[in-house]
Amino acid sequence: MPRLVDACSIEDVEPEDVIRFDHESHVYAIYRSPSGRFFATDGICTHEHAILADGLVMNDVIECPKHNGRFKYETGEAVRIPPCVALRTYPVRVVGDRVYLELP
Amino acid sequence: MRASYRKRDYSIVGPASEQAIAKGLAAAEWYHTEVPRKQMKEFMQRSDGPAIRDTLIWLSLLAASGAGGIYFWGTWWCVPCFLIYGVLYGSASDARWHECGHGTAFRTQWMNNVVYQIACFMIMRNPVAWRWSHARHHTDTIIVGRDLEIATMRPPDLVRVVLNFVGIVDVWFAMIDMVRYSAGRLSPAEESIIPEPERSKAFLGARVWIIIYVATVAAALAMHSLLPLMLIGLPRLYGAWHMVMLGLLQHGGLAEDVIDHRLNTRSVLINPVSRFIYLNMNYHVEHHMFPMVPYHALSRLHEAIKHDLPPPSPSILAGYREMIPAFLRQLRYEDYYIRRDLPPSAKPYREDLAVGELVLQIASSDVPGP
Repeated sequence: MPRLVDACSIEDVEPEDVIRFDHESHVYAIYRSPSGRFFATDGICTHEHAILADGLVMNDVIECPKHNGRFKYETGEAVRIPPCVALRTYPVRVVGDRVYLELP
Repeated sequence: MRASYRKRDYSIVGPASEQAIAKGLAAAEWYHTEVPRKQMKEFMQRSDGPAIRDTLIWLSLLAASGAGGIYFWGTWWCVPCFLIYGVLYGSASDARWHECGHGTAFRTQWMNNVVYQIACFMIMRNPVAWRWSHARHHTDTIIVGRDLEIATMRPPDLVRVVLNFVGIVDVWFAMIDMVRYSAGRLSPAEESIIPEPERSKAFLGARVWIIIYVATVAAALAMHSLLPLMLIGLPRLYGAWHMVMLGLLQHGGLAEDVIDHRLNTRSVLINPVSRFIYLNMNYHVEHHMFPMVPYHALSRLHEAIKHDLPPPSPSILAGYREMIPAFLRQLRYEDYYIRRDLPPSAKPYREDLAVGELVLQIASSDVPGP
């Protein structure tokens, strides 16, 4: 049964940026696209241990700060090596000024 | 009493690799200077403009000096032309390979990919194998048994170092590797880092390169002239000196098996011409600490974090004055390394993992002094 977890305020994430969200020993990344939509993925690169929230958001892509691997944060697809495995994505709901993650 | 040592094992598929993993040195959390997110985002921003400008200058100078070399071939006037051409081919390609491999030089990825392929050919580094070895170099910088790109292993092989100023050793091994890749073979070390789906690209690239080199040699034979090889292939030898001169300074004489780039990496202040050739990789501590910052922002990054770094070597000569004595000392005492003082404003070195413990095996009570 999915559950909603209150992650942050919409003001916490600038447009075309990402923040880290830790919950129950798991690291997530919450993105705000240039058009203002919110997305969430796992927060650790699938290649090696690197915090994606330290990376750079460019349009619909997050670049890992360690090896410059890239993912589309809407789908999790790995689009530039070294990572070859997609990121897990999570549904996001915005209610009022709060951002909620839908976690399994 | 006689002290005996086990020779350092730099293989990434041997016992040293397992020891590095066991000690927590592999894929470790490295020290980073704190930079506000807003400022770091500014440093990380990508732009095509600087790299398009620098690439056009680079290729134009290559074409002009190459044309001059052809026009003046057979006279002494071709010498300065090939001196310039050689450095642009055999040294500047190193920096272009590096920056475009990181994907940070251009904002537009296809531009990174095109320049990357050209530069890889010039510097004779397989585009696939070196992409993955460089990723490992950034994960485990100068970690014995993990990093494939340690230029001066201990004890330093100074003959090899000197020969590489004209590319002799590196090119010899690059040719062997090229033939090996073209036959569809990887070394065990390469198999350990290159994923299966990537391997066929490495083999295809090597086969294309061999065709180009065979065609160049055939042209030289047909023309009874060295000129084709002076333009393709040989510049990797006679133009390599600038790359080696600066490349050795990156980590030479500094610590192994640490997880703080301030201990194992050196920044050097250099002249503007060398900075253009080297694409600002003289700010090497900054690059390793924040590899997502493009080359054109490294000097600004340096200004922002220099309070937390050891002072950069003030010149190439100063860097060599520091590094060469360290190399000579390491011939007698391998565990010696240069430890530079931090400014008072810096946070202490991260030294929760001991330097040298991994490899120093002392059989008796005598420890040789530095």
